[in-house]
Amino acid sequence: MYSKEHQTYLKNIKRTNYLVLFFQLFIILFFIILWQFAADHELINTFISSSPKMVVKTLVSLHQANNLYQHIGITIWETFLSFSLGTLLGVIIATILWYKPFLSRVCDPYLTILNSLPKVALGPIIIIWAGAGMKSIIFMALLISVIITIINVYQGFMDTDPGKIRLLKSMKATKSQIYFHLILPNSFGTIISALKINVSMSLIGVIMGEFLVSKSGIGYLIMYGSQVFNLNLVITGVFILCIVAALMYYSVLYLEKFLLKNKK
Amino acid sequence: MKPILSIDHLKKIYHTKRGEILAVDDFSYDLQKEQFVSIVGPSGCGKSTILSILCNLDQKSDGEISYDKNIRIGYMLQQDSLFEWLTILDNCLLGLKIEHGLNEESKQYVISLLEKYGLKEFIHSYPSNLSGGMRQRVALVRTLATKPDILLLDEPFSALDYQSRLAVSDDVFRIIKNEKKSAIMVTHDISEAISCSDTVIVLSSRPCKIKSIYPIELTDKKTPIENRKCKEFAKYYDKIWKDLDFHV
Ligand SMILES: Nc1ncnc2c1ncn2[C@@H]1O[C@H](COP(=O)(O)OP(=O)(O)O)[C@@H](O)[C@H]1O
Ligand SMILES: [Mg+2]
Repeated sequence: MYSKEHQTYLKNIKRTNYLVLFFQLFIILFFIILWQFAADHELINTFISSSPKMVVKTLVSLHQANNLYQHIGITIWETFLSFSLGTLLGVIIATILWYKPFLSRVCDPYLTILNSLPKVALGPIIIIWAGAGMKSIIFMALLISVIITIINVYQGFMDTDPGKIRLLKSMKATKSQIYFHLILPNSFGTIISALKINVSMSLIGVIMGEFLVSKSGIGYLIMYGSQVFNLNLVITGVFILCIVAALMYYSVLYLEKFLLKNKK
Repeated sequence: MKPILSIDHLKKIYHTKRGEILAVDDFSYDLQKEQFVSIVGPSGCGKSTILSILCNLDQKSDGEISYDKNIRIGYMLQQDSLFEWLTILDNCLLGLKIEHGLNEESKQYVISLLEKYGLKEFIHSYPSNLSGGMRQRVALVRTLATKPDILLLDEPFSALDYQSRLAVSDDVFRIIKNEKKSAIMVTHDISEAISCSDTVIVLSSRPCKIKSIYPIELTDKKTPIENRKCKEFAKYYDKIWKDLDFHV
């Protein structure tokens, strides 16, 4: 049993946690109610700003039209593909750069430029080359996630304690042994945080791609909605996107926890 | 007796963009089997350079280093450099894994070392659970795992606080004597050098040359902590201090 002071201390922590949760829920509910109220009393023009009720209606009709889940599924699948490919390719390329310092020096300015270039600018070229389909979308998202992964993971590799490298060298370790015994496990944390960045980057890339390609997916729903001036559809699309983004981010967070636990 | 390691007119020049740095000018010494030698000298004079060359981390510029080809050299640095994601045992097995020498027998040997030197209950713990002194002992066991004949210790205790430093230097000394190893230790602590070694080599400032060599003869020679009480201790301390002070 804890002392009285400690019990109050624990109680206070719990109370703060509840309070935080309360305000988090309060803000979203307040916002929805205010929005509906403004719509009901014609304080806002629902034609351009929609309303919670209309969003729900749109959701229901999308659900009945039966292709809602197809759009969501496609976006998730594209994000998943570019996320995994981006991470894998990024780590592999970072590894090659680590193995070949000369190559890394040669590539350095190109990586910097590619990283600061808004990849959406390449969209039209990508579509012409890869066709107006899923390939282009994934390529676009891949481009966004892979460059940032290369840069972050390579940095992680290079930040390895030189003392540890010296130690392995004094044991006459080969370069691959240094990589597998030290560099890779040492950069585990960096790779995990690259995953978190990547999931958002991939989603950004996929939505951008869907805007451009305009065939299916949540990005397409939003684009289509804006083209036919159906703001209900646009806002519903954004709403779905929020949920999908949150779900994916928390899945990666969960994956991180799982991996970290298995490691120790 | 034939020396286990013989260094003859060793010279090292570092080439950098800004120019050449003559780090070691002329260093010669014959290390005998089971001898414990300390090297002291002003900081930056080239002590670490000598050790790095001896264990092939750096190339010498001139001179001769000769030892029997069966002789193995182990290197221990100031930082324990334990891998945080490996258990104490796995850390100690690292050298064996690298040289593909890990088998049941060598593993048992490492476990026996850990047990012998008071780390038994930590075999499956991670380094973060150990104190600085214990980590340094683990680092020594890791070095011993591949059964080196000569140990090179580069300021092995300077990351520790004074109390653990005394205790750990006692431990390490005992372990090295126990395992009948020869050792070259670099230190900037004069007392540590006198109390641990059979011979102290004093280097001049960079580019280093040998300034003087003191065979340490103490009546009642025991462990490093005990040795500090010997009557000759102060005499050696004084001499070495003067040698070093002259150049600082
Ligand atoms: N890799 C290196 N490249 C260039 N100069 C170096 C290198 N390593 C050491 N030096 C220089 O050589 C000299 C001796 O260094 P070091 O052996 O580390 O000294 P100590 O261990 O005695 O303090 C120093 O002046 C240092 O700057
Ligand atoms: Mg040094």
